[in-house]
Amino acid sequence: MKKFAGERLSSEEMKEVTHEEWAPAVKYAWSCGEAMSRFLNELKKGKLIGRKCHKCKRVIFPPKMFCEFCFRPTDEWVYLPDTGTVMTYSLSYLDKDARRIEEPILVGVIAIDGASEHMGIMHYFSEMDPDDLDFGLKVKAVWKPEKEREGSVTDIKYFKPLEGEK
Amino acid sequence: MTRVAIVGAGCTDFRSITPEVSWKEIMYKAASRAYHDAGVDPRRDVNSFITCAEDYWEGFSIFDEFTPDQVGAVLRPMITTCGDGIYGLANAFMQIKTGLMDVVAVESHSKISDLITYRDVVLFAFDPVYNRPLGGHPYYIGGLEMRKYLQKTGATEEDCAHVVVKNKKNAMKNPMAGHEADLTVDQVMKSQPMFEPLKKLDIAPLSDGAVVLVLACEEKAREITDNPVWIRGVGWASDTCWLEQRQWWRAVYTEIASKNAYKMARISYPRKEIDFAEVDDKFSYKELQHIEAAQLCPPGQAGRLVSEGYFDADGAFPVNRSGGSLGCGNLIDASGLQRALEVVLQLRGEAGSRQLDGETGVAVSWRGVPTASGASIVLGVDP
Amino acid sequence: MRHVACIGAGMTMFSRRLKETGKEMCFEAARMALDEAGLELSDIDTVVCGSAPDAFDGIHMKGENLLDGCGGAKKPYMRVFTGGGTGVLAPIAGWWHVASGVSDVCMVICEEKMSSCFPHPQSAFAHIWDPILERPLQPNLVWIFAMEMNRYMQVHNISKEDIALVSVKNKGNALDHPSAQLAAKITVDDVLNSEVMAWPVQRLDISPPSDGAAALIFAAEDKVGPITDNPVWVEGVGWCIDSTMWTNRDLYFPQYVARAAKMAYRMAGIHNPFKEIDVAEPYDPFDYKELHHMEGLLLCKKGEAATLTKEGVTQRDGDLPTCPSGGLLGVGNPIAATMGVKACEIYWQLAGKAEKRQVADARTGVCQAWGDLMQYSSVMVMRS
Repeated sequence: MKKFAGERLSSEEMKEVTHEEWAPAVKYAWSCGEAMSRFLNELKKGKLIGRKCHKCKRVIFPPKMFCEFCFRPTDEWVYLPDTGTVMTYSLSYLDKDARRIEEPILVGVIAIDGASEHMGIMHYFSEMDPDDLDFGLKVKAVWKPEKEREGSVTDIKYFKPLEGEK
Repeated sequence: MTRVAIVGAGCTDFRSITPEVSWKEIMYKAASRAYHDAGVDPRRDVNSFITCAEDYWEGFSIFDEFTPDQVGAVLRPMITTCGDGIYGLANAFMQIKTGLMDVVAVESHSKISDLITYRDVVLFAFDPVYNRPLGGHPYYIGGLEMRKYLQKTGATEEDCAHVVVKNKKNAMKNPMAGHEADLTVDQVMKSQPMFEPLKKLDIAPLSDGAVVLVLACEEKAREITDNPVWIRGVGWASDTCWLEQRQWWRAVYTEIASKNAYKMARISYPRKEIDFAEVDDKFSYKELQHIEAAQLCPPGQAGRLVSEGYFDADGAFPVNRSGGSLGCGNLIDASGLQRALEVVLQLRGEAGSRQLDGETGVAVSWRGVPTASGASIVLGVDP
Repeated sequence: MRHVACIGAGMTMFSRRLKETGKEMCFEAARMALDEAGLELSDIDTVVCGSAPDAFDGIHMKGENLLDGCGGAKKPYMRVFTGGGTGVLAPIAGWWHVASGVSDVCMVICEEKMSSCFPHPQSAFAHIWDPILERPLQPNLVWIFAMEMNRYMQVHNISKEDIALVSVKNKGNALDHPSAQLAAKITVDDVLNSEVMAWPVQRLDISPPSDGAAALIFAAEDKVGPITDNPVWVEGVGWCIDSTMWTNRDLYFPQYVARAAKMAYRMAGIHNPFKEIDVAEPYDPFDYKELHHMEGLLLCKKGEAATLTKEGVTQRDGDLPTCPSGGLLGVGNPIAATMGVKACEIYWQLAGKAEKRQVADARTGVCQAWGDLMQYSSVMVMRS
């Protein structure tokens, strides 16, 4: 077999070789559409909302105007409690720029009560000992004060163990 | 090997902004309509799904992630082609020809109104070493090309203005179009110079919209519909990617793509054997360039012919009866699929007040500045 | 269905940073494949390019920019892109170019230049997330793998030690791969002592970002004879995508991998994958992923892959050599260009050209790629 082509560079050499730099000015403003607009507006009010498909009977969360399994429009809005169960989780020692941090960020997927099985969203956990974070833990959302909410998933600050849980 | 037909078509309107729907919802609308048109349940009857998209038009790395749910492709075979809609049709065609798939759905959309910095993204497609550092608005490439085309062919700026007048007037009869207008050549000639000799009205404005077509093998096609539109031939090609080396006045990619499509379709005399065409016109002169490259008129003659009304709706060879991109709006990579859609509607006799006579049509696409890539597809009422 | 064979393959070095541009890497891989097949570019009818996010190379519509290095100028040239699944999906597209009768000889090139992305290729991954549901939380890509790994470990009660064995195996296997970026003789302790990124993921559980390119040439049955007496036949192809909403599914088992695998095995006439497959290259961007995918590929029962690894079944001299190339963990992870250690590796193995990595009596092989938001898989079965 021929020798493989390619000249390896170290990160220092990378700065030395002739190169062009460009920072693209790339900005988007995505229309949220019907489902996400309602979802975000409800978050601002401190509520979680899903959509129900009358054919397969699933309560879909986060809400969608169409059911991806039946391939038909979903039928009604359904308010959901802001409690749920931890489906999976991680303790991150990296922040969003991949820099190391001392105190881990607790993150995971929470299956929301009242929605169909496994209807989860990703969010943070806090007000708890990292060692207590586990599969099946019952959690409740902790919201920002009403006037600070903007209509974003960050209107929920994080989830914490439900009263009575460890 | 089986023949392949288009058995379902669906689309949304083509409008400059669509703030009430997200990109997912616009895809869902077009898909629902196409499946309803074909009378198929995508969850049960469609074997494979293809979308045509590029990350930076949408604003996501790996846009492929965000496609399956809204076209019915959850837990199904699906791919994303980084090409325009006709490339997607070519992939669907090939998948069916292998015998592996019977029914394939092809989707493409433009939600370009979500992109705030369009100019910067188009510039981002330029070669980072040789071209991008020059900056500027990328459409100057269109200006360079137009000037060369006019010089080499003797076509005039007025001829190009005729294309604009024709297509925008054609769009008046297209209920889906968003940029219809009743203009005169004089108005186009007096419109603001942008990238000389391109003027403002020579440039197709951007539009949102989604198109979905459903393809099937012969056996399934005959079960699904009495009115299949047969894919007689398809071709796609790229010229060189280098601006510095390309043929500025000829659409070489269309020459190759069309030749291959005609060969597959067993068409020896395109001008005689094809009844009408939908060709890319993101810039007015591109329509002329593509007509010549697709051998639909003698080389260098398209300018003279368009001014004589040869390509008008009631002319000898109608081109862009739908209104083209100038009339419907530039749908980015969905443009090619919109052209194919028009040919399908025409051949089915479903084109309403735009209806043409004809049994064979061709759709020709171009991927836009700075590419020299495009595809051609020949469709007919008979296989 | 027209029978299609692979007749030549090539790849570049994989490295965190290569001096070559994307076009140059494509050219090198393509040239190597053409040389191996004894062909010239004029013998190629169609070209398929596979490349994953444009954000890495820093060029919108990068397929267009790469086309000359891919040999696509003045030819039917097309790019396909399904995230990390591109490494096997692009060759599948090459397969259908030929199997459909549209083309006789198709060259597939996959390329990735992650090093152009500053400050770190990770930054491009900020944009894979849903802008409404996920980006406001500023997630790091490693989180999603950590959450999947954690769930997989919990359901099947698998230890980190068992998973670390995959990293040890693959990085060790990579010592025999001339292109390898991270070949090393490591131990389970090395893995367990490495920096925790997002529990349970540690540094040595992860494959590195890489630059690289790979090429694979497909030819129709009736064209193969004059070219080579050592063709490797494509026997089965499958691909599948799951819902965008990865938070709506139980991550312990990749259903979409199983569906893609079933599609490929059905076409190949394979009923007992573990017995009938001689060598496997599942996608291994993380060590636990190899296990996850072995189960998804139905090569063993759910939860059993770790046991097979512990028992040495997946070593090169075991009953089911898995990632004999060294995989992504050992050779490198240039996303789409991982075709070089998946599809190309299976080709080389079945053609008897894998040199020091050669698995004995390899007649049937399977390669798999995976991508998107825990969502996509492409599978190809080949036979010599």
